[in-house]
Amino acid sequence: MWDYNKKVMEYFLHPVNAGEIENPDGVGEEGSPACGDMLKLTFKLGKDGRIADIKFKTFGCASAIASSSIMTEMVKGLTLEEASKITNKDIVDKLGGLPEQKMHCSVMGMEALQAAIANYRGGKAGKITEGKIVCTCFGVTDKEIEKVIIENDLNAVEQVTNFCKAGGGCGQCRGEIQMIIDKIRGKKEKGAEPQAKPKKLTNLQKIQLIQRTISEQIRPLLKADGGDIDLIDVEGSKVIIAFRGMCSQCPTAEFTLKDVVEARLHEFVSDDIIVEEQNR
Amino acid sequence: MSKVIYFDNNATTKVAPEVFEVMKPFLTDLYGNPSSMHTFGGQVEKYIRNSRESIAKLLGCDSSEIIFTSCGTESDNAAVKGVLETFPERKKIITTKVEHPAVLTLCKEMKSRGYILVELKVNKEGQLNLDELKAELDDNTAIVSIMYANNETGVIFPIDKIAEIVKAKGVIFHTDAVQAVGKIPLNLEKNNIDLLSLSGHKLHAPKGVGVLYIRKGTRISPFIVGGHQEKSRRAGTENVASIVGLGKAAELAGENIEIENTKVKKLRDKLENAILKSCPDAMLNGDKVNRLPNTANISFEFIEGESILLLLDQFGICASSGSACTSGSLEPSHVIRAMGVPFTAAHGSIRFSLSKYNTEEEVDFVIEKMPVIVNRLRELSPFVKSK
Repeated sequence: MWDYNKKVMEYFLHPVNAGEIENPDGVGEEGSPACGDMLKLTFKLGKDGRIADIKFKTFGCASAIASSSIMTEMVKGLTLEEASKITNKDIVDKLGGLPEQKMHCSVMGMEALQAAIANYRGGKAGKITEGKIVCTCFGVTDKEIEKVIIENDLNAVEQVTNFCKAGGGCGQCRGEIQMIIDKIRGKKEKGAEPQAKPKKLTNLQKIQLIQRTISEQIRPLLKADGGDIDLIDVEGSKVIIAFRGMCSQCPTAEFTLKDVVEARLHEFVSDDIIVEEQNR
Repeated sequence: MSKVIYFDNNATTKVAPEVFEVMKPFLTDLYGNPSSMHTFGGQVEKYIRNSRESIAKLLGCDSSEIIFTSCGTESDNAAVKGVLETFPERKKIITTKVEHPAVLTLCKEMKSRGYILVELKVNKEGQLNLDELKAELDDNTAIVSIMYANNETGVIFPIDKIAEIVKAKGVIFHTDAVQAVGKIPLNLEKNNIDLLSLSGHKLHAPKGVGVLYIRKGTRISPFIVGGHQEKSRRAGTENVASIVGLGKAAELAGENIEIENTKVKKLRDKLENAILKSCPDAMLNGDKVNRLPNTANISFEFIEGESILLLLDQFGICASSGSACTSGSLEPSHVIRAMGVPFTAAHGSIRFSLSKYNTEEEVDFVIEKMPVIVNRLRELSPFVKSK
C-alpha cells in the first residue's frame, strides 16, 4: 500500500483542471500507454501573455493524477517564461512529497508542460527529444537523465529509475546511467578532497584491497545486469580478472573492463593499475 | 474503516472461526514442545499427527508424505533447491512464464548460478502448449515446476496430464498448488505429482504455515538442517498452533469444496457478468472455463489499476491489480503480459477473488460501484474523447 499524504489523495479524489481545452494555444503530451502513464496538457494564453486556462487529462495512478492537477494550478496565471522554470521538485514540494518510486509522475508533469510550451513556441506537438536515447524501454535520453540527477541531487541508478523510469525495464542501460551519475558527481566533487588512497601497500594488503574493491564496488554493478567477476591474479600493477554470467558473453565487456573495473581500481587502490581479462 | 468487502482472497483469507478455536489452547495452556520426553510436551505431538492426517486426507496421500513448512514460498524453494541438489549432474529447469515469484524468481536465481532455465509460454487464454513441454524435456532436466492454478487469473493448468508427461521422461515434477488446494478437488493418489506446495493462509488457516508434499521415494535433500523434526527434512521446532489450525482448515476445505464450486462460483459469475456488461471496453483475462471458481481478472481499457483500487478502497472494497504502479516496479504483471494482453489493458487489470464468506449483497454493492469508478477515471483519461 502506498503511503500517499492527504494532499495527494485530495488532488487524486478531487482533481482540479481536469479536461481538455478546445482550440488550445499549446498542447503537450508525455508518457505512453506502454509505460502505464500518460499526460495530455492543453492551455490557452490570455491577452497579457499569461496562462489563462490550462487543463489536463491523465492515464495513470493516483500520484500521476495528483501531480498533473496540482501543476496546472501552479502555472495558471504565470507567463510561459515563468512556467517553464517549474521543475519536478517544485511539483513534489507542492504536493508535500511523493513516495520515492513515484517520483517519475512529477517528472512527467514537468515534461508535458515543457512540451506544451515548446508546442506553442514552435508549433509542433508532442515530445521534444534532445540528446541520445539511453533507456530504450522507456525512451529516456541522456539529457533527461542528467536533468533529474542534477535537479534532485540523485546518486544511485535506482533513484534515477524512480524519477524518470530509465533502467526500470530490461535493465541493460543501468551501467550507462551509472556513468552519467559518475560524470555529474565527478564534476560536483571536483575540488573536494579526493578520497585518501593508501600510500604504500604491501603486496598482501594490495591484493586484499583489490579483492574488497571488486566485491564492494564492482560486483554489485555487474550483478545488476546478471553478470559477475572473479579476481584471477595480481602481478605487480597488472590485475587479471575473469567475467562471469552475462558479462562473459557481453559484447561491451571490453568497455566494462576499462570504464568500470579499471576506473574503480584506480579510484580505490592505485592509479597505476592495468586490468586485463584472463584469456578466454 | 467501517465496512470491508473483502474480494482479495487469492492474496490471503480470513482465518475461519473454527480454525481459531482449535488453535487457542496451543497459544495458552498447551505450550509444550512436541519433541519433549515429558507428557506435558509430548501430548502435543498427537495434535500435529492429527493435522498431518487431515491434510493427507484432503490431498489423497499418506500422512508420512506431508512436511510442514513456514509458507508456500518456503515449500517452493525447498522443492526446487532440494531436487537440484540431489541431481547435481542435471542442469536444466523447466517452468512457465506465469509462475508466482516464489518459483520464478528462484528459478532465475538458479539460472544466474549456471542452470539452463526454460520458461514455457502461454497463449492468450493463459494456457500452455504441452508439445513445447515435451520438446524441452530431456536427460539434462532436473525438475519441472508448474503451478496448479494461477494466482492472478485463476487459470488452471492440466496438471494431471503434465505430471504424466514429465513422469514418462523420468523427471521430478513439482507443482505450486497454493491457489488450488481448497478451491478445486485434487487427488494425489491418482496422479504423478512428486512434490506439491500449499500455503495455510490461502485456505482460512493463519499465515506462517505451509506444506510440502513429498511423494514417497522422491529423492530430495533436506532443506533446513538442525533437529530431527519433520523426519530431519525440515528442522526447527514446530509452529504447533498454526499446524493444528491448518489441519482444521484442511478438514473444513474438504467439507466446503462443494460450496466453492457452487455458491462461490455463482457469486463470481454474477459479479463478472454484470461488470463486463455495465463497463464498456472491459474484458476477462484468462481461460474462462478452466479457471478457479473464485477468481475473476478483468481489464479495463484506458484507465490504470492503482487508481481503480484506490477508488474501490474509498468504498471499503478490497481487490488487487496487475498494474505496474501497484508494485512499485515499472512493468505491469508478467502473467497478463505473457498472455499478450495489450499494455493499456494490462495496466488496467483488476483481480477479484472471492471466498465462501462473501455474500450476494457484497457482490451487488461492487456491481453498483464499478461502473461509477470506471467512468470517473475514463473522464480523466487522454485516451477517451471528451463528450
